[in-house]
Amino acid sequence: VLSLKVEEEELKLTRSQWIRIIVAFAVVLAVSACGKKKVASAPPPPPPPPPPAPTASLTANPNTIQAGQASTLTWRTNYATDVSIDQLGKVDPSGSRSVVPTESTTYHLVAKNDSGTQEATARITVISSPPPPPQTSNESDAQLFSSNMKDVFYDYDSYDISAQYQQVLQADARFLQQHSGMKFTIEGHCDERGSTEYNLALGDNRANAAKQALVQLGISTDRIRTISYGKEKPFCTESNESCWQQNRRAHFVYQR
Amino acid sequence: MKRYNATLLVLFVLFAIANMWAQDWIRTGTGLGVEKVRLAVPDFKQVTSDASAQSLAATFNVTLWNDLQSAGIFDMVSKSFYPLSVPGAPQEVHLNDWGNPPPNANMLAFGNVGVEGGALNVQGWLYDTKNPKSPQVLGKQYHEQPTNTNARLIAHRFADEIILRLGGGIAGIAETKLYFVSNRSGSKEIWQMDYDGANQTQLTHMGNIALSPHVSPDGTRVAYSGVTKEGWQILMYSLELGRPVSFQHFGGDNYSPAWSSDGQTIAFSSSRSGNTEIYSVSSAGGSARRLTESKGPDVSPTWNPKTNAQIAWVSGRTGLPQIYTMASDGTNVVRVTDQGYAVSPSWSPNGQFLAFAWVRHYGPGAPGASDIYVMDIASKQWAQLTHEEGRNDFPSWSPDGRHIVFQSSRGGRVQIYSMLADGSEVRQLTTAGENTQPNWSFK
Repeated sequence: VLSLKVEEEELKLTRSQWIRIIVAFAVVLAVSACGKKKVASAPPPPPPPPPPAPTASLTANPNTIQAGQASTLTWRTNYATDVSIDQLGKVDPSGSRSVVPTESTTYHLVAKNDSGTQEATARITVISSPPPPPQTSNESDAQLFSSNMKDVFYDYDSYDISAQYQQVLQADARFLQQHSGMKFTIEGHCDERGSTEYNLALGDNRANAAKQALVQLGISTDRIRTISYGKEKPFCTESNESCWQQNRRAHFVYQR
Repeated sequence: MKRYNATLLVLFVLFAIANMWAQDWIRTGTGLGVEKVRLAVPDFKQVTSDASAQSLAATFNVTLWNDLQSAGIFDMVSKSFYPLSVPGAPQEVHLNDWGNPPPNANMLAFGNVGVEGGALNVQGWLYDTKNPKSPQVLGKQYHEQPTNTNARLIAHRFADEIILRLGGGIAGIAETKLYFVSNRSGSKEIWQMDYDGANQTQLTHMGNIALSPHVSPDGTRVAYSGVTKEGWQILMYSLELGRPVSFQHFGGDNYSPAWSSDGQTIAFSSSRSGNTEIYSVSSAGGSARRLTESKGPDVSPTWNPKTNAQIAWVSGRTGLPQIYTMASDGTNVVRVTDQGYAVSPSWSPNGQFLAFAWVRHYGPGAPGASDIYVMDIASKQWAQLTHEEGRNDFPSWSPDGRHIVFQSSRGGRVQIYSMLADGSEVRQLTTAGENTQPNWSFK
């Protein structure tokens, strides 16, 4: 009896769906017929034919972002002589642009020609605070980690942390306190000058200096591993100071 | 006899170094400082006629000549001065032809090579040309499988016999090995080669980073450092088994192992305390003993192989790295270098000298590169052995104390070179990939 009822319901559902589909078809047919009529009633050919009415589309990808992040607006128009987006002013007939709205915004595009006007809109929703981790998949955590944890850079032959990088570490520590499940490795790196073995030791002192600073800022020591790569794994391989500076660092790597 | 030999070696090296004090450039006509024995070595006669004998004899002759020439104690008489007929056996020797000008040799090494009954046979003699009544100093016979490797091996052995007799009783190094790091396979691995660069062989296949090979005094194991899941660890490769064997793992990063010359203890650098410090541990494993205590990096220990009572190492405790010595229990710390950037010490077999890499005038715009230096530890007098040809680093003494192997970027890519301990007779040993951190075997 129960199963029969369920079947009946399914049947009903299917019927109502059919009805909907048929109605939708009818609407579509009616609309397209109207369109045809319009074209048919357009002025006769001999004078230069007026352009067709413009078409326009506008999309935002992604359409939900966190404050400070960028989204890309993409628009496409046909036959338009004048295209503008309220927030951006006059724009090319088709194109894309990166925008960084500070609050949720509806972008409004107007495409005009002598025959008419077409509008299109796209809304970007801005989330002010980082969303609660919806899926705690490792990949997104790793991305979150690497986009938030800023590396520490050092002077030549030094493992002292300058005032500038003390501030960087404070921001790093805040992030780590908000994500207390994250474990990570601090890699110590050195520039290519000097000896292999001494640079290994120097890299360890750099990694440990960054670790100690984080521990003093309240990060538990058992979340942190350290390793030195000395000058074995440079980030930049040219022999100049700007490159060497890139290589004298404590680099944070997400673990789990 | 042994004491006499040791004294002779000290005099020999001292004399060489005395010539170098207070000058950056060394120009000594007599090489290491003592008058060299004029040695004539005509090609050994080929006494069987097949093709394999010909190529084995050629290998033997080239190897013997190179061994004797690179020993640093002979003045090799040019072959263009030799008589037309060369001896292959004692009855064919006419001593006067060799002892008088043009060859004017003090000593004559000669012999014959043949392949017979599936064996490579070599007979060799060493004759004193100035002692016609009893000229024979040495007579040797060798029988081995007829391979190229064995032709080289016999040449090495005969060369070492000659060097032992004529070089103040100090054993030659022709049979010694070098261990080094090469990236030619795509990653930094530990490799082995003969002292003259022949027979380069890959030992480890970690596929990651292996560094700082140091062979045990008995030549059975190579300690090195490698990246593992537990960070840098001291790893061990058995040359007898031909594979890695286990060694104790420690906390933190651990690298730059160094064997005491009795094979009992390994000193190394470890970051387990949050600072890199020097530790020592039994080569059988066990608990490690901390030897240094400073805020800066401490790395690259080397034992005084004469006594095993002292360790030299590198410390950044005052800023740029400097060489220090301490007792092997960590007491009695003495700073050895007074300026610049000094790293990679290697203690000479007689305990008297440290070889190390030094950028002596360090700083922006200052002249100088990383060069190899030798310092007399007692007097702190030093001599410069390389002269601003590329970056030079990681010197390692040969067991006879007459040679130093090191890495240099003088040719563009970093390669391994050997030289006499006065900086002369530089020879390039490697060419494939980049090759670094050479370590000379104890025997």
